[in-house]
Amino acid sequence: MSKLLFSGAEWDFATLDRTYKAIEEIAHKDLGLDVYPNQIEIISSEQMLDAYSSLAMPLMYSHWSFGKLFAREETLYRAGYSALAYEIVINSSPCISYLLEENTMTMQALVMAHAAFGHNHFFKNNYLFRQWTNAEGILDYLAFAKRYIAACEERHGREEVEAVLDAAHALMDQGVFRYRRPPRPSKERVLEKHRRRMAYEEEAYSELWRTLPAGIEPPAAPPTPDPDAEFDIDEKLPEENVLYFLEKHSPSLKPWQRETLRIVRNMAQYFYPQRQLKVMNEGCATFVHYTIMNQLYDRGLITEGSLLEFMHSHTSVVFQPEFGDKRYSGINPYALGYAMMDDIKRICERPTDEDRDWFPDLAGSGDWMGALKYAWANYRDESFIEQYLSPKLMRDFRFFALFDKADAETYKVSAIHNERGYREVRAALARQYDTSGDPNIQVARADLKGDRTLYLEHHMHRGVPLHDQTKDHVLGHVELLWGHDVVLEEIAA
Amino acid sequence: MTHFIDRRLNPKGKSLGNRQRFLKRARTQIREAVQKSLKDSAVADLGKDRKIRISTKGTKEPRFRLDPQTAGDRDFVLPGNRDFTPGDEIKKPKSGGSGGRGKEATDSGEGEDDFEFTMTQEEILDVFFEDLALPNLVRTTLKNAAVKTWRRAGITTAGSPNQINLIRTMRNAYGRRLALRRPSLGDVQQLEENLDRVEREEQSDEARDRISALKEQIARANAKRKWVGFIDPVDVRFNAFTEQSVPTSQAVMFCLMDVSGSMGEREKDLAKRFYMLLHLFLKRRYEKVDVVFIRHTHDAQEVDEQEFFYSRQSGGTIVSTALNKMLEIQKERYTTSDWNIYAAQASDGYTQSGDARHCVELLNAEIMPLCQYYAYIEILDEREMEVFASEDSGAELWRAYRTVAAAWDNFATKRIARPADIFPVFHELFRKAEA
Repeated sequence: MSKLLFSGAEWDFATLDRTYKAIEEIAHKDLGLDVYPNQIEIISSEQMLDAYSSLAMPLMYSHWSFGKLFAREETLYRAGYSALAYEIVINSSPCISYLLEENTMTMQALVMAHAAFGHNHFFKNNYLFRQWTNAEGILDYLAFAKRYIAACEERHGREEVEAVLDAAHALMDQGVFRYRRPPRPSKERVLEKHRRRMAYEEEAYSELWRTLPAGIEPPAAPPTPDPDAEFDIDEKLPEENVLYFLEKHSPSLKPWQRETLRIVRNMAQYFYPQRQLKVMNEGCATFVHYTIMNQLYDRGLITEGSLLEFMHSHTSVVFQPEFGDKRYSGINPYALGYAMMDDIKRICERPTDEDRDWFPDLAGSGDWMGALKYAWANYRDESFIEQYLSPKLMRDFRFFALFDKADAETYKVSAIHNERGYREVRAALARQYDTSGDPNIQVARADLKGDRTLYLEHHMHRGVPLHDQTKDHVLGHVELLWGHDVVLEEIAA
Repeated sequence: MTHFIDRRLNPKGKSLGNRQRFLKRARTQIREAVQKSLKDSAVADLGKDRKIRISTKGTKEPRFRLDPQTAGDRDFVLPGNRDFTPGDEIKKPKSGGSGGRGKEATDSGEGEDDFEFTMTQEEILDVFFEDLALPNLVRTTLKNAAVKTWRRAGITTAGSPNQINLIRTMRNAYGRRLALRRPSLGDVQQLEENLDRVEREEQSDEARDRISALKEQIARANAKRKWVGFIDPVDVRFNAFTEQSVPTSQAVMFCLMDVSGSMGEREKDLAKRFYMLLHLFLKRRYEKVDVVFIRHTHDAQEVDEQEFFYSRQSGGTIVSTALNKMLEIQKERYTTSDWNIYAAQASDGYTQSGDARHCVELLNAEIMPLCQYYAYIEILDEREMEVFASEDSGAELWRAYRTVAAAWDNFATKRIARPADIFPVFHELFRKAEA
């Protein structure tokens, strides 16, 4: 009897299950991947568009910007300009992967290997995800956020809520902690708060409350104002998380508005690691699906036709146009990530003399899976490129670095893929993936005892200023949240 | 343990709420864009989805971003070096970054001043109606395009009890009883009578045998009656119904318009909306709607839509020529037995002196008896509107048409200066439709 899992393009749930089990066996036994439990959902193209437009999350609060995104994606899709993604995967536990119903069976297998094992392993093991995102809690939190925003809209009106969300969205990039967890109140402070609350209850106690019929509670203590909060604010400054600062210290926000800022801030923080891990995440998933699909073929589980179909889609995914090409729109994270991981495998198995010079630890070690798993767990895009990009790959991609001075007429080629330039090109490329490329904006001072002006500072990196027009727009939003004047200063480094 | 979950049957339109929020947010831009798009489209095309391009004013999502073009310096890496060596200089592309600038260019060039998306027919109509100040009830009746009724569609084996077809059911039951030789009640009675008689007659062995034989026969007959039921579920038939759109007849809509020099862009735009609304109404009531465009100066011609709205002619103004032309076309192509005839006339109210009387005669004698409805609008500017505040004052044509309106119920006249004035012209028409 033939061992084939499937032969045609059609799929059904029995075939999916059979294929999933085969993939799972390779993933666990051969590759030793460590994944969250999988939940695989089949969705239609319309639902895929839906998911697109709500930041690829299964639940999301309502906001017009998602409607705008949907309208754009739908038009592009219907006109045939853009194809839909084959899958969407959500960093949660269980890890949810969406498969598009139109996929052929080969594509479903590819997508399961890619999302349910590649991405899933990466989500579970990379240090940034482990540190910053709570995979078990995210879906519950989203459900809470959706309910909360809907309730606010009902109570305070859609326009009110929209204004706060608009402003918060404008500050999303400034709503993350880049280096530390949000500060927790110290133990003394918690105790102090508790003591004061007890004191209040003692003071406010009245015999009369005892006569209330069962079920009616005496009025609760008003939230105790923190007398220090306004005075030691300067100690906490500067603060890089502008949204956090506004949430905690804005003199004009109502409690529900603070909670709304908190929701947006939490979303921003959830997505923050993904932005730093694009190359690695996609590279890991692509490498895993490539390895698994080839294994399936080697074991005689899929046909040659399937393998060809898979290769066709794989090569278009990892295609990197050159910079002058009409199709060029930046460096393709799939291409770079996959190429680097494949290169690590090559260095482990068949190193050249050059590799022995550059990667003495890796070269010829043979254990490529171990090396990859170590990299997946402990690096982010910037450090991964800085550490692992080999001269061979720089030659393959024909990378070159340009120096751009704003008032010059020309770019200057500062380094290319040759012996003298490798290190410089590699460092420049790594920096390109560092989020310090985001504008560095901090809350510097808040004049709470005077006219309540809020002072923001933009610490310029190599003299690059903020874009003027958008700066004014965003500052308008900050003023709305702060309730008083806001000043932004550009500080030269 | 893996879970496969089939989500395809989950409710659709999860993002509908977001879409409505977006449409509301971009309302001003959308209104402008829809109106512009309607201006350029055909009268009959109103009820279709269409692509709308709006400016992103009002739906901007600003973020802080760096602007390396104005000051400072930076490094960046590109793939695909061909023959550059260190120290080479490359000319910067003009701002807007046409290709080759990579991610930086697309990021900062995100200007997205225009935003294109598809609006559904319903959303377009909403915007269209909003301007015309249509009453809500009319909006809904116009939007539910197809009128449907239930029609008989033969017989089925499944259905609800109140739709049982008794004749078919009984006929089937009868056939089945015959085929399975179910003893009738009469047969059983006959046997019982026989038994009775035999029992009473004599007491011989032979008789006893007959008695037991008869008893056995009766028992068998009764048993058979039990398992071959009088009516069995397989006999039951139901009347079936399907939804069918009402076969409506056909209508022709004559659009008459004065195209002499006095009709400017604004007047024509108002007239066009007037025709669009009438067309929408007719489309709802009739399966097939023909539109005939007749323009006139001192002489009338049938033209296509493009020419009707966009070409201009010089000459005097004789309205009756258009009426004659309409009659001519009607006689030639649209017999009253097959077609419902609607006419919509737009003019700025000027005609050659003496012609108005001619028009009234034509209308009273020949046209009005043929027409279902005749709507006349006189397009004024806001200033004139104040001068002619009273219905009675007006130019010759207006006064003449007022006499026609008095004589015929299905003749409507109205002066308009703004889009919102258009609807009252059709008041009578829509009231009938709702009744």
